[in-house]
Amino acid sequence: MTERRASPLVYISLLAAVALSVFPLYWLFVIATRSNDVIGDWPPPLTPGGNLGDNLGRLFGTEEAYFLKGMVNSAISAVVVTVAVVFFSSLAGFAFAKLRFRGRNALLLVILATMMIPVQMGIIPLYMIMVKLGWQNQLQAVVVPFLVSAFGVFLMRQYAERAVPDELVEAAVVDGSSTFRTFWSVVLPALRPGAAVLGLLTFMGTWNEFLWPLAVLEADNPTVQVSLSQLSTAYYTDYTLMFAGALVAILPLLFVFIAFGRQIIGGIMEGAVKA
Amino acid sequence: MVAPLRTSAPGNQDPVPVRAQHRLRLWDRWDRRVSPYLFIAPFFVLYAIFGLYPLGFTAWVSLHEWGIAGQAGFVGADNYVRLFGDPDFWNAVVNTVGMFIMSTVPQLLIALILASLLNQKLRGVTLFRLGVLAPIVTSVAAVGIMFSQIFDRDAGLANGLLGLVGVSPIDWRADRLPSWFAISTMVDWRWTGYNALIYLAAMQAVPAVLYEAAVVDGASKVRQFFSITVPMIRPTLIFTVIVSTIGGLQLFTEPLIFGSGDYAILGGSLRQFQTVSMYMFENAFRNFDYGYGSAVALMIFLMIVVVAAVNYLISRRMR
Repeated sequence: MTERRASPLVYISLLAAVALSVFPLYWLFVIATRSNDVIGDWPPPLTPGGNLGDNLGRLFGTEEAYFLKGMVNSAISAVVVTVAVVFFSSLAGFAFAKLRFRGRNALLLVILATMMIPVQMGIIPLYMIMVKLGWQNQLQAVVVPFLVSAFGVFLMRQYAERAVPDELVEAAVVDGSSTFRTFWSVVLPALRPGAAVLGLLTFMGTWNEFLWPLAVLEADNPTVQVSLSQLSTAYYTDYTLMFAGALVAILPLLFVFIAFGRQIIGGIMEGAVKA
Repeated sequence: MVAPLRTSAPGNQDPVPVRAQHRLRLWDRWDRRVSPYLFIAPFFVLYAIFGLYPLGFTAWVSLHEWGIAGQAGFVGADNYVRLFGDPDFWNAVVNTVGMFIMSTVPQLLIALILASLLNQKLRGVTLFRLGVLAPIVTSVAAVGIMFSQIFDRDAGLANGLLGLVGVSPIDWRADRLPSWFAISTMVDWRWTGYNALIYLAAMQAVPAVLYEAAVVDGASKVRQFFSITVPMIRPTLIFTVIVSTIGGLQLFTEPLIFGSGDYAILGGSLRQFQTVSMYMFENAFRNFDYGYGSAVALMIFLMIVVVAAVNYLISRRMR
């Protein structure tokens, strides 16, 4: 099946699929550069216009949307969560893959089970915890609960199993290096490719988090997704303004995708084979 | 990186004084025994505090009258009795399940077809893969905004295209089926390519000899697909069904943004596309009825567990 050359029909179908996938993104860009009076024209505008600067100006000038604040908040929380998830997952993944200790298999099973549990449904008590801590409307409320991830531990454990030779760990131990030193200077460098994939997926996931930030943050201290939803609530007829906001909001993801697209594909496909 | 064994090999000429050596050895033992637990502790501690504990406590809260001022008495199953007689809750269940089926079935079928197309000798295969994965870069809220315009009654692209073939404009937000369709489209646009890549990975792991044998036996490509590909990638199919179920039953952002306006959380003026997650959010964070909201949350949780278990059982049966 993989040997024969594909027919033109295959190419046509794939091109259609790619066009359907990419067109809405192009449309997002087109509308973000237009003015509101062409919305709804038929045939629709299909080329960029000259209003991007104006729309961006209105976007950042709309005080009650707190868009700039949302961007900064999302950037900070996504970076902190990503670094923490990658670090803690590598640490635990290394322990599960390469260290021997009592209860290892049972605890690993617990991690596998927790991957299936939709803990998002616990947000009401989680909110109460935040109230107790005085963290409502504080950025740490959308950071601290997400510093670890069961999926991350599992992924890094799988990766460490393959990418870190036992001899490497043993040699370091024999050398007299402490377990943490071994992790830091021998194991972590070997885990880098796996950690990169986990980091990319975590960054994208955190950037997209919506329900919890909407619950715990208020209008004046949003993440970018919450800010977008505020725009869509208050200015839902002002499409060029909302599209400009959506465009800016996907820029970090677009950048990550263009720079690391191949690695992301590799990560998704590798995870699929493991699962 | 071969080093001499440092620990107590007899006759080892260690320059370190005996007492210090003893202390070193103790530290070494302690390090080996305790470090593994220290390494996995951050995950378990944080997960217990911010994941499991809130989930368990949800059940407790749901048995109380509990408002913004705090707990106001144990009410037993009252919240659940109210829930089972609440037409708005059942409406949300119907909407959620409806949109879940409407989005997941075509999504996974198209992903399967896409994957088998991608699993051929192609020129520019990376570009095609990147192309179908591109929607994943769009944040959920941005998807909601883009498709709100596309499915706008007066100014939307969808109605414009339908107009070309003589269909009169559809008010996508006004009724159940059109709004479900619009929201399912958003979900599918974002996730189809992702699932296609997962299937592709599984297909590439199918041994080529199976296909070669099938060719010798004169099996058509379609026959090969159903008799070899599908059975061989079944674990992956089940995996994607379960993941889609967990995501689909918690659908929240797309319908919320699609609704727009002040009553977005209601999912349309008649709640025609309000999901159970939105109903939970409305009760807990708009009406501040934590007890009732927790009962809704727990029902969502149970729905997910039941559907996942059913999937699991069916897949075991098929084996």
